[in-house]
Parts: sequence; structure tokens; C-alpha cells
Amino acid sequence: MSQNGHFVSLQGVRKSFDNLEVLHGIDLDVGEHNVVCLIGASGSGKSTLLRCINLLEKVDQGTIVVDGQTITGTKLDVNRLRQKIGIVFQAYNLFPHMTVLQNVTLAPRKALGISRSNAEGHARALLRQIGLEDKADEFPDRLSGGQQQRVAIVRALATGPKLMLLDEITSALDPQLIGEVLELVRELAASGMTMIIATHEMSFAREVANKVCFLDAGVILEEGPPEQILSSPREERTREFLARTLEGGRL
Amino acid sequence: MGAFLHEFFSPLDFLRSVPQVWSGFKLNIQLMLVAEALVLPLALLVAIVRGLPGRAALPFRAAAIVYTDVFRGTPLILVLLMVNGGFATLNFFGLSSNTLFKNGVIALVLVYTAYVTEVYRAGIESVHPSQRMAARSLGLSYLQALRYVVLPQAIRRVIPPLLNDFVGLQKDTALVTVIGLTEAATQAGFYSSNFVNYASYAVAAVFFIFLTIPLARFTDHIIRQRERRERAQAV
Repeated sequence: MSQNGHFVSLQGVRKSFDNLEVLHGIDLDVGEHNVVCLIGASGSGKSTLLRCINLLEKVDQGTIVVDGQTITGTKLDVNRLRQKIGIVFQAYNLFPHMTVLQNVTLAPRKALGISRSNAEGHARALLRQIGLEDKADEFPDRLSGGQQQRVAIVRALATGPKLMLLDEITSALDPQLIGEVLELVRELAASGMTMIIATHEMSFAREVANKVCFLDAGVILEEGPPEQILSSPREERTREFLARTLEGGRL
Repeated sequence: MGAFLHEFFSPLDFLRSVPQVWSGFKLNIQLMLVAEALVLPLALLVAIVRGLPGRAALPFRAAAIVYTDVFRGTPLILVLLMVNGGFATLNFFGLSSNTLFKNGVIALVLVYTAYVTEVYRAGIESVHPSQRMAARSLGLSYLQALRYVVLPQAIRRVIPPLLNDFVGLQKDTALVTVIGLTEAATQAGFYSSNFVNYASYAVAAVFFIFLTIPLARFTDHIIRQRERRERAQAV
């Protein structure tokens, strides 16, 4: 917990790819046990922002503090940091040559040095919680998209992270599979996990978020409680975005 | 036609030359086994070095690129002659009874490591970057991500081209005859000059073919297995 009471704190974060500035000076605070949802069109910088927080992308300017530790501009053990921060991707990114159990135990065993039997015991317990214990010895390609994504979440949880970053984790799923994944995220939120979630699921954001941030062209244009941002946004751009999203939903 | 058949397949010469050619062929097998055992790990090492990230690794990457370019581009027969001549003159490893064999292995390994490096590299690059990213995001180091996530997938994909290069290596062991090693083709030559008949060459060819056929069938089997697996995935 950092001095200003925030678990994650970003100040003036800028990031460019080949002269194209994707993040344009981002300020963001996330309290411990809070859930922050990032909304915004594709290309608005949501994914890049999440990747900067666990240093999968290097920040050009600005500071990021996680759990009281400044992670930008200093020499630090990125592997240790990433064990504290779980990230789940849109495309699951499970390891196809490993069974579900091997996927979940890889990082605990190799990065944390936990013994195989302990890691497997923990992994099976986690899989049991999400009702996939019977899939432990299957390869990912035998699972449905929703099951794969839930395994990916469990894999990220297996190193005991204090912060979870979810990058549009339901965008690649068939509509009927979205529910089971969101249910798991809901449980995580209820258990007090600090989370930053990039999502297009507006009703889900309204339900779980303590704060919703609307990203537009690399800046947080508007942020506030979900009710306010999603029902009565102040900014014209936010209104336009929400109107387009709802229209898309009706199609 | 009869003369042709007689030259290459006269039953008497065919059978009579088998023991002599076989005595040489044992050397081909030895060369092949030793060279392959060295090429596999060395090429993997060069491929890994070639993919290392960051500015600090630049000289190593450059060295790996120069090495593969040079030895993939130079005919094996030249490398054999240069290694043999050069080492004999400089007396690098001290001359012993095994020197010719050692030089043959060194030349084969130099050339085939360059080929196989490229095969491994293609495999490593065929693994989607998101796999490495997912591994790193879990807190695995660069080398751990490579070892547990990237390489197992990469190597599985390149087994067929790897086996293909091995067939090439097996056949190219015949070239060591130019540095004076008495292998199957050399023995076949001795026989043919003694008995003025070329059946011994046909015998040597048959030996090589019998060595490569199992490998070729094994490659086919692996390709089929992979296709089946990928089709299952597509459903």
C-alpha cells in the first residue's frame, strides 16, 4: 500500500511505438481491493496501458507505483514484479504443448521454485474452485474457449498475485461462453482482488467496478463511478462511444 | 543394355564387393552418428544466440550470423580440404591416428550446424510472440520462457526438416574420401579398379539408400501425425 493510499498509481505515463504516441500522459489511481474498468474504442490505449503496468511494455515517460514500489525508471527484478501482477489476455495464450495442470504449475514451479507436488496440489485446488478439476490432464485444445480463458485466469492466479490485469478477456468468446468467465471475475472481485479490467462489457463494468475510466486517443478523458460515466457522461466523446457500443449490442 | 547391367549389377561382383564396401560403410555410419550428435545441440545453441535480445548481445548475434552465412555458403568439399590442410599445417590438435576422422567430423559439423541453425531459427520464429509474452508475464525469465514454452513448440515443428537435413548429412559423409578417409565410396573405388567393374558403386549406393529409407519413412510418419493433430485442433 503506497503512502497516498493507492495500490497502483500512474502519473504522466507516456508510451510511443515508432513515433506514434499511444499513451498521451495517463494519470490513474487504483485503491487496494478496488476494481477499475477501462473502456474505450479499440486503439485507445487500453491494452498498452495494462502492459505497461507489468512492464511487458517499457514506459517512455512518467511513473508507475505498484504496492508502494516505483517500477518505472529503476532497476528492478521484473520477474519478481510480474509474479505479483497477473495478466490475462484476450486470446487466452495457454501453452498448447502442456496440459492444463502443467500450464497452471509452470510459473509456481520454475519462477517461484515451489515443489512439484505442492504446486500441483495448489493448482488442483484452484481448478476445483472453477469446476475444471477433471480437465487437469487435458490439453488446452480440448477445452471450450470459456474453459480455456478460465484456466488462463487460474494460471495467472497461481503465483499469488496481488493485482490482476484483464485485457478484454471475453472479446474472443462466443456470447454463450462469456457468462462463465465473468462469473469467475465477479468472484475474484468479491474476494477483494485489486483489478484493472479493459472491457467492452458495459453492464459488467457497471456491476463490478468501483471506478470506470473512458480512454480516448491515449488519454483518460473521463473517469468516475460507473453510474455516472455510463449513464450520464459529461464528455461528448464518451456519449458517442457509449451510443455506438449500445448500437453494436443491438445488432 | 546387357553391358550396362553387367557393369553395375553383375551378381558376382555385386556379392563379392559387399564385404569390402561394408568395411568402408562402417566409417560413414560412425561419422554420421558422431556428427549428428554434435550438430543437434551446437545448432540449437547458435540459433539461441542468434535470437538473443538487447544491445549487449549484438556482437554474439553478429558472430552467429557471420558463421551461418559463411558455412552455409561454402561447399562441404572445400571445408573438408581446408580443415584437413589447415589443421595438418598448424597441427592444432596434434597428429594422431584419429586425425583424419576428427577433421572429417569437424568439417561436417561446421557445415551442417550452419544449416540446422537456420532450421531451428525458423522453428523458434514460428512460435507466436504472444506465447513468449504470456510466459514472461507469469514471471518466467527470458531463458525460462525459451526453455519451457518456446523451444518445445519450436522443436516439435521442425522435426521433419531436421530429419531431412540428416539425410543430407548421411550422404555427405561420402565426401570425406577427399581427405583420404577410407569410407564406402573409397572402398567401392578400390574394388572397381581391381576388378574393372562398377557393381561396387551400386552396392555403396544401396547401403546409403537403406540407411535413409527408415529415416524418410519416420519423417513421413511424423508429418502425418502432426497433420492429424492440427486437423483435430481446427474442429
